[in-house]
Amino acid sequence: MGFKDISQIAGSAMAAQSVRLNTIASNLANADVAAGSEAEAYRARKPVFASILGNEGSAGVQVLDVVESAEPLRRVHEPDNPKADADGMVYYTNVNEVSEMADMMSASRAFETNVEVLGRIKSMQQSLLKLGES
Amino acid sequence: MTINFKDALGVHADALELRAERTKVLAANIANESTPGYTARDVDFGAMLQDRIDTENGELSLSDDQPLYRVPFHPSADGNTVEIGVEQAAFGQNSSDFNTSLTFINMQLRGLAKAINGQ
Repeated sequence: MGFKDISQIAGSAMAAQSVRLNTIASNLANADVAAGSEAEAYRARKPVFASILGNEGSAGVQVLDVVESAEPLRRVHEPDNPKADADGMVYYTNVNEVSEMADMMSASRAFETNVEVLGRIKSMQQSLLKLGES
Repeated sequence: MTINFKDALGVHADALELRAERTKVLAANIANESTPGYTARDVDFGAMLQDRIDTENGELSLSDDQPLYRVPFHPSADGNTVEIGVEQAAFGQNSSDFNTSLTFINMQLRGLAKAINGQ
């Protein structure tokens, strides 16, 4: 019987959600970074989650990959920018700050839910240990 | 005459074990809240308990040939059928039920202890 399994499931979800929070932090930090060419420009990153199906109905989460967004970059005419190319254009990231913020809330909520699960498991396990006392 | 603990504790010992198993399934649903394509699962507690009573001490664990899938209220674009509110409610209810079974077992053990001590 697996209280340990449950902790591992909740733990895998917490690890996956913190990878997600990590990518969000780096997207937001790089939101206003300009680059001299399309290839150099920063693109928003996003983790891809997949479930690890175990036996007996258990399923943890893993991060399969971190993919870059295919949204178009923002091309801006800034001849004074030292990074500008021959035409005076710079390339800004395709990070959408509003959707990143919403994603951040969703990720931290999901993380908290799993912390709650762990807390509840702990109290269930403790009351089980007290079986037969008093 | 001997005391048979299995008979003394009745259905509650089985119920407790099934509750713990169900906790695992619900925790997996909550963990996969944002996994695309994940289908939320659950177990039919009543049917499993009945099965366990009918087969006496038969090995009963969640096998893949009888998974129950939750029907979502609102289908999502990525195919994930976890609705976090539903899962949280089920998880909370399940762990309260776990504590209830535990309390029943404790009460029965206290009764046995009284009988043994002859007080």
